[in-house]
Amino acid sequence: MSTVSEAPAVGLTHQGSEDTGLGHRGPESKSIVVPYGFWLFVLSDMVIFSALFATYASLVHATDGGPTTNELFDRNLVAIETIALLLSSFVCGLAMITAKRANMLWTQGWLLLTGLLGAVFLGIELYEFAKMIGEGAGPQRSAFLSSFFTLVGCHGAHVTAGLLWLGTMMAQIWAKGFQPHIMRRLLCYSVFWHALDIIWVAIFTIVYLIGTLP
Amino acid sequence: MTEHDPEKLNVAPGAPHDSMLSETVSYVIGLALALGLTAVSFWVASTSSLWGPGVATGLVVLAIAQMGIHLVFFLHITSGPDNTNNVLALAFGVLIVFLVMVGTIWIMTHMNANMGPPPEMMNLQMQH
Amino acid sequence: MSPIFGKLTFAAIPVHEPIALITSIVVILALAAIGIWITANKWWPYLWHEYITSTDHKRIGIMYIVLGLVMFLRGFADAIMMRAHQYFAVGQDQGFLAPEHYNQIFSAHGTIMIFFVAMPLVIGFMNFVVPLQLGVRDVAFPTLNNVSFWLNASGALLVNVSLFIGEFARTGWLAFPPLSETAFSPGVGVDYYLVALQISGVGTVLTGVNFVTTILKIRAPGMSYLRMPVFCWTALASNLLIIAAFPVLTVTLALLMLDRYLGFHFFTNDGGGNSMLYMNLIWVWGHPEVYILVLPAFGIYSEVAATFSGKPLFGYRSMVFATMVICIVSFMVWLHHFFTMGAGADVNAIFGIASMIIGIPTGVKIYNWLFTMYGGRVRFNVPIYYLIGFMLLFVGGGLTGVLLAIPPVDFVVHNSLFLVAHFHHVIIPGVVFAIFAGYHYWFPKAFGFTLDERLGKIVFWCWFVGFNLAFMPSYLLGFWGGTRRMQHISDPSWKPWLGVELIGAFFIAAAPLQFRGPPRRPRRGSLLAPQAEGDRARGTHPGARLPAHRNAGEYPDRRDRRLLQFALRVRHHLVHLVARHPRPGRRLRSVRVVRVARRA
Repeated sequence: MSTVSEAPAVGLTHQGSEDTGLGHRGPESKSIVVPYGFWLFVLSDMVIFSALFATYASLVHATDGGPTTNELFDRNLVAIETIALLLSSFVCGLAMITAKRANMLWTQGWLLLTGLLGAVFLGIELYEFAKMIGEGAGPQRSAFLSSFFTLVGCHGAHVTAGLLWLGTMMAQIWAKGFQPHIMRRLLCYSVFWHALDIIWVAIFTIVYLIGTLP
Repeated sequence: MTEHDPEKLNVAPGAPHDSMLSETVSYVIGLALALGLTAVSFWVASTSSLWGPGVATGLVVLAIAQMGIHLVFFLHITSGPDNTNNVLALAFGVLIVFLVMVGTIWIMTHMNANMGPPPEMMNLQMQH
Repeated sequence: MSPIFGKLTFAAIPVHEPIALITSIVVILALAAIGIWITANKWWPYLWHEYITSTDHKRIGIMYIVLGLVMFLRGFADAIMMRAHQYFAVGQDQGFLAPEHYNQIFSAHGTIMIFFVAMPLVIGFMNFVVPLQLGVRDVAFPTLNNVSFWLNASGALLVNVSLFIGEFARTGWLAFPPLSETAFSPGVGVDYYLVALQISGVGTVLTGVNFVTTILKIRAPGMSYLRMPVFCWTALASNLLIIAAFPVLTVTLALLMLDRYLGFHFFTNDGGGNSMLYMNLIWVWGHPEVYILVLPAFGIYSEVAATFSGKPLFGYRSMVFATMVICIVSFMVWLHHFFTMGAGADVNAIFGIASMIIGIPTGVKIYNWLFTMYGGRVRFNVPIYYLIGFMLLFVGGGLTGVLLAIPPVDFVVHNSLFLVAHFHHVIIPGVVFAIFAGYHYWFPKAFGFTLDERLGKIVFWCWFVGFNLAFMPSYLLGFWGGTRRMQHISDPSWKPWLGVELIGAFFIAAAPLQFRGPPRRPRRGSLLAPQAEGDRARGTHPGARLPAHRNAGEYPDRRDRRLLQFALRVRHHLVHLVARHPRPGRRLRSVRVVRVARRA
């Protein structure tokens, strides 16, 4: 039978490189399980966006005689939006670094900046939508516009939800400090925020750049 | 307290796994590359010095590269054994995204070509 | 339209439709009676704390299975109404269901059977069995598990409410546009359909995330991937498909909702909409959906084959490989549901070939089950009956599937009764028989006593004979030109065949009638009885060996410990509440208040 000097079954009895499974270790800790589950959820979100992209690609020419991409999109605004979201992602990463060191001031500062840059992005996008609707190029005008508003709007809705979540995280960190479950949530939030920037890369390339090629 | 293996045999997705300086450096490099690629994308889309039909493909390649930079530098997805589950999940997601998008576009292009309205009516539908 | 109630008026109550009206009254009375019975027995606290708000995977699994079985009654009632009506609507006769009503019935039948019978039953089994097989305390996210269940149940509730108030969709179980657009379906039926499926779809995706995380990250020490039971592998594949496919359903239905409610033009006839896009997207979801149902069913068959042959499963690695191949390829075949829509020969050919390829790993599995039984000591209990019935029937259904995978053949029989026969031929032996087999196999694990073998075999034969009678003639009728979803049949020579099918439906109807109540004697050693901890700790019940209450090092949160202490206090009070009111002829489960060791 097992001798006293053997390590317990749950623990470190072998190297990790032998298998990609759990081998001898047993269930993973919550700090790994929760972010992994969230990672899977984010991947399901990616599938949502892929279906929306597929819809957009199928309907991009169905303008029903109405406005087309070339008439509607302003690349300068898109450039500002892109840089805002990219910087926001970067700053969020810095917030994660300072949070790991339990530095309240810097963490809240970086998170605030993340939110402000995200709000800039959202503001420009809402301005763009309002302008288009005001010109009669709303989502009810044609299939192309329906799919544009839905795809970009869905991303914008995710950004909005992300900003609300960010505000909640800032409040929770302030009230409860850097406890393990707060850190888990912050990690999930940063994964979400980075994933949104990845989606935006696809959007600005496919919708705004490829869509308005000369 | 919750991590009972210092070897970090498995890492949560998105979690940085290095010392502070190299974490910050990772983000800074990621930002610089992403900004650079974004600028290149905008330039490619507006220049006339590239072969026309290749521009769209080039933009897609640049976009994929940017996504890769986000994954590696911001989300810390690496190819190490501690990250295998994360990479496998990502690979599965990428496969599904590819199948859904490419499959739908391929099918719908054929459908529209075969089943679209007759040519006389086409003009009304697709003024582009 | 009222600003508060929208389209809701008193006209929504079906006073002019006798069938709907009588059903509504009977169901409301039955629900009221059940509610009064529970209240009189003071069972609400027990139900609330032990089941409704339970985060225990076994309890949640049982709730899913109860949901599935209850909804099966409604789905089957729809089926028998369709069959009966079709028999009486041949030639000069007009049957007893108006077209508007008949269309709602076949739409409800399909929707309920897929979304609220098969899915809950399969998910319920995965809930109950997977953590036990992995040797762990619970799934990765137990509270999320409970939320998922109630989201699913809410969807089912909405579909049931549509019987009493308003109407249901008349568009089939997939609600194709343009028929499902506002212009052609202005009523509330499609709205019920869309909202119910969106709500339950969210629940299902969360289940998918939960189980993939559990299977990949939370297993007993020493259980590497290739030591997992095969049911866990099939559960993994199925949940990966859920994560991959259900978001597409969410998007597609959301786009239809945007069309209907906000006047968008995704699938409308005007404004540039393209209804073929809906077909494409909905089947991107729809094909993986049937594999989500059938893969865990195959897992159940693997478990049953091994246990009741007294041999280990033949070809474990090939089973795992075949499962994962089916998982991946199932995402590459969806166009075979609309060969006739006009994608052209090249596209049709690729998807046709892929559809035939996916039959190969399935064949590998059939051979493995056969070789598992070969040379074993086969015990002819009820589950093995279902396995053998499945192997005999499913091969035929699969072969008709390979036939349909050939585009030129499909052009002849698409949307005919041949197709209806095919998919029932794979789903009933494939999924339904597996559920019954699993039910008989794992019932003692859940409740501490076995089901009656004789009655179980009668149920099996009702299903086996009934299914064959009810669906084999449809192959013929399909070849003779019979279309699906027909409210009236013009060819009188088909009437005898429709009669055979109606008799088959009656055979199947005899199956639930075999239900008898639970035995009078109390059940000790059941996995669910909270007071049987003494037995569990001593391990006296062979099926009731649980892991320790808390795995060392797992979830040592301060909050969880306080929650545990609170729950124990509540249970202490409940136990004494129950103990105060003993009922004659029913010996109480012995009550023991157990002291829980404080862990650091």
